Formats: sequence, structure tokens, C-alpha cells
Amino acid sequence: MSDRPHPILVAIAALVYLFLMVPLVIVVGAALSDTTYLTFPPQGLSLRWFENIFAISAFRRTIVTSLQIAFLGTLFALLIGIPAAYALNRFRIELPKWLGTLFVLPILVPEIVFGFALLKSLTVGAGVPIFLALLVGHTLLVLPYVVRVISASLASFDFSIEEAAISLGSAPVKTFFTIVLPNVRAGVIAAFILAFITSLNDVSVSLFLTGPGISTLPIQILAHVEQFFDPTVASVSVLLMFLTVAVMAIVERTLGLTFLAK
Amino acid sequence: MTSRRFWRRSGATGWALTAPATLAVIGLLIVPIGAVIAGTFMDPRGVFAPYISYFNSGFRTTVLFRTLQISALTTIISLIFGFMTAYVVSRAPGKLKSLLIVAAVFPLLTGVVVRAFAWLIILGRNGILNQTLLALGIVNEPLEMLYTQGAVIVGMVYLFVPLMVLSLVGVLENIPKDVLQASSSLGASPLATFWQVLLPLAVPGLIVGAVLVFTGSFTAYATPQLLGGERQTVLATLLQQRAMVSFDWVGASTIATIMTVITISIVLAMSHIARRINPMAT
Repeated sequence: MSDRPHPILVAIAALVYLFLMVPLVIVVGAALSDTTYLTFPPQGLSLRWFENIFAISAFRRTIVTSLQIAFLGTLFALLIGIPAAYALNRFRIELPKWLGTLFVLPILVPEIVFGFALLKSLTVGAGVPIFLALLVGHTLLVLPYVVRVISASLASFDFSIEEAAISLGSAPVKTFFTIVLPNVRAGVIAAFILAFITSLNDVSVSLFLTGPGISTLPIQILAHVEQFFDPTVASVSVLLMFLTVAVMAIVERTLGLTFLAK
Repeated sequence: MTSRRFWRRSGATGWALTAPATLAVIGLLIVPIGAVIAGTFMDPRGVFAPYISYFNSGFRTTVLFRTLQISALTTIISLIFGFMTAYVVSRAPGKLKSLLIVAAVFPLLTGVVVRAFAWLIILGRNGILNQTLLALGIVNEPLEMLYTQGAVIVGMVYLFVPLMVLSLVGVLENIPKDVLQASSSLGASPLATFWQVLLPLAVPGLIVGAVLVFTGSFTAYATPQLLGGERQTVLATLLQQRAMVSFDWVGASTIATIMTVITISIVLAMSHIARRINPMAT
């Protein structure tokens, strides 16, 4: 085989992977340390910094808010995104091309600008409660992922199956739920997971949409790091990584991870 | 029968199904951002007054150029290492390849705050790198690595290399192996095949990756905030300060407009170039 890469290239790739993995290993090590300051390798093993997360009420509160926002935001994005993705594929000829571009716009626009615009128009301008503004922000933030992933799975769906069902007398709405949706189930699951993680990790949109008593976990982490340099943040980070691993395991079992690389 | 034909033929159903998402994007994204941009041109001092005062401020123009510089360097470094890594990954045998892809996806799914925080532990004054260098006797006193441009760039490269690798693996795998085999069987050296066949075919993918990384690092907030601090203020951190600390709405809106215009121009320009180079690229 002549296409085996040069040893130097292999060595560089190995270093890049080392560069990617080492910082994450360090965070895990620092989280387990028994010291009151951040250090690696951990000195004495302890889980007390994990307990400390839940001892700090701001972390408890923001974990709940983040999970609520991620879940509801993803749900709303699916509710408006699935019909849109379906229509974009099913009525490809009838609908203008710019409509597809419109739904990826939230990725093109800088997230931080979007967050600021929501603060200006919703929170300050219209007096919308912060939780609701956060929900709006996160719904739109994840909408492009939902539309794209589900579109990709609809692209390989044979719409003549749907037409066959309809011409045999099945109602269009019923056909959608019994024929179309089950065929793109994998896409819906992938979209849900991708959207949920994106929302959970978001900083830039949430940055401006916080107020007294309400904030998201990443914003709380940022605030904590700027005041304290103890291993609590490392523990929260590990918690988030665990969540990611769990989610990846689910994706792997249902779809295979290469799905995400597309 | 007529209603069924209407369902099948008319775009009305399509419009109705896309309506909620369309209205949400227009009403809750385009209109609010449009209002921010429009607001900067309604200054009582004159139409372009906020921009004139922005570019008259030495500090603020420095911030703009620093942000552009950091993004450009991040993009170039990520392109070089991302491309080499993606090439090795795309040529790896099946099992190893999926493992390598998983290893690149994982950091991508870990939040930006977590990934910036990791570098805070490494680069800090009493961080791991300083401790190691002191222990080895390479330096006599801890180096000031945090709050430098280098720290921000390292953090950003860390953020974006996985993205570059994943998008380029897809591109490289789509290049038919026959083309490369044809090149080498016709006598081209591996180096010539790389430069004259593989690289040109990968250019559209490289452009897409570069746009992703450039716009991502141009608008990133958490990494420059944690690793750069006030000394390395970039547009995103300046926007946050103007809005949340100084309550300077016009100033913040001006920065937001500059960021939006630059980001969208780059995306449009590069996708135009990518399409001209390779009409098959989307």
C-alpha cells in the first residue's frame, strides 16, 4: 500500500491527540485532589470537591436551570424544527432555497451578538422574564442543528413510501406519524442529543440573559473561577464530562458515533 | 380527491409547516439583531458617530486588530495541524479510525468553559507547566504565561482543532483513492501526489474549515475571558464589558454590529470563493 502516511505525519498526529487529551486528564486529576488549591497530579484522593458542588447553592440552582433550559429549548426546537425539516425535503421544489439558509442563520450570526440583541429587545425592551428570554435564546441556538440533522436523515427517506400510504387512503397527518417519523427516528435522537449538549454548554447566548437568582451552569462556572481557585470547578467539569460520555454512549449504541462526524 | 391533490402539489402546506420556525427566526433573531444594528445609525451626534468614536479610540481599534490577529493565527495553526491529523486519521485502518474520530468528538462535546479552565490549571503561575519547568531547572522563577496572547491562541487552537480534524476527515475520505493511485502509478512521488493532487482537491474543504475556525475564534468569549483577561481584551469581552459593566448600549451595539458585519462578510466571501474553485462544493 502506497497510501500509508509518512512516519513524521503519524508522529505529529499522535502529538495533536496528546494535546487534545492531556488537558482533560488534568481536569479529572485536579478534581480528585484532596488539596484546597488546584493541583496535578492529585495529592491524596478525595471526592469532597464533588460534595462541595452541591453544598454551594448557586451551583445547585444553576444545574437545575441549565437542565430545564436545555430540555425545554431542545423540545421547542424539535417542535418547530421537525415540520420545517420535513417541508424543506418534501416540498423541495415548491419552497424557495433561501428558506433553508434562514434556518442555519443562528449559526452564522455571532452567538454573543444574538445574546446581546435578546437582552436589548426582550429583557430590557419588552420586560420579558429572564427565564423565558433564556429559553427563546436556546431554542433558536439549537434550531439549526435540529433542522440540519433531521434534514440529513430525511434526505435518504424515500417519499414514495409516504405517497403510497396516502394514495391507499391514510390521512396525511397520520401518515407522517406512522410512516415518516419512525423512519427518521435515528435522526431525531441525534438531533435531540446534539441540541441538548449544545444548549448545556452554551456561554455566549446566556451571558447577557442572567439576573438576580437566575443563571446557567457555564456562567456560574465562569463567575466562580474568577473568585476562587479551588477544585470545585474541576469537579463540575468532570460531572459535565461524565454527562457527555453517557450521552456519547447512547449515541454510539443507537447510531454509531461516526454519525456525528458528518 | 381535490384536497389530497392540493396536499401533494401545493407549496402552501410546505409554507405552513415551515411557518413556526420561519417566524421564530425572523421575529426573535433577525428583528432583534436588526434593531441593534439600526440603533447604531440613529445617534443624535450623526449617522456614523458611534463608528467614528470607535475608530478614534486607540484602545478599541487595538482590540479589533488583536481579535483579528488572534483569529487569523488560530485559523492557520488549526489548519496546518488539523490537516495533517485528518490525513493520518483518514488513512487509518477501520477500528483505529473510529476510535480516533471518537477521540476528536469528545473534546468537541465538552463545553468551552471546561476546556478553557483546563488551560488555566496548566498555564497558571503555579500551574503544572511552571511546576514542571521549575522542577527540571529549565527556569528559575515561574513564567507569566496566562493573560498573554499566546495563552489565548493555545486555548483557541485547543477549542478548534477537533472541529478542523472532523470536517477535514470527511473531505479527505471523499477524495477517490483511485485518483491518488493513478498519480503514484504514473510515477509521481508521494510528495508530488500530496502537493499536486491531494491538496488541490482538499482546498474547498480547507476553506470551509478555515471559515468555521476563523468566525468561531473571532466571536469566542469564554476562552479569551479566562486565559486572556483584561490584558488581552477582544471584541467579545469588550462587548460584554460595555453592556454589563459600563451600560454603554450604543458602544456595545457598535461592537456587535462590527462583529456581525465582519463574520457574515467572511462567510459570504469564502463560500463564494469555494464555489468558484469547485462548482461541486455546496
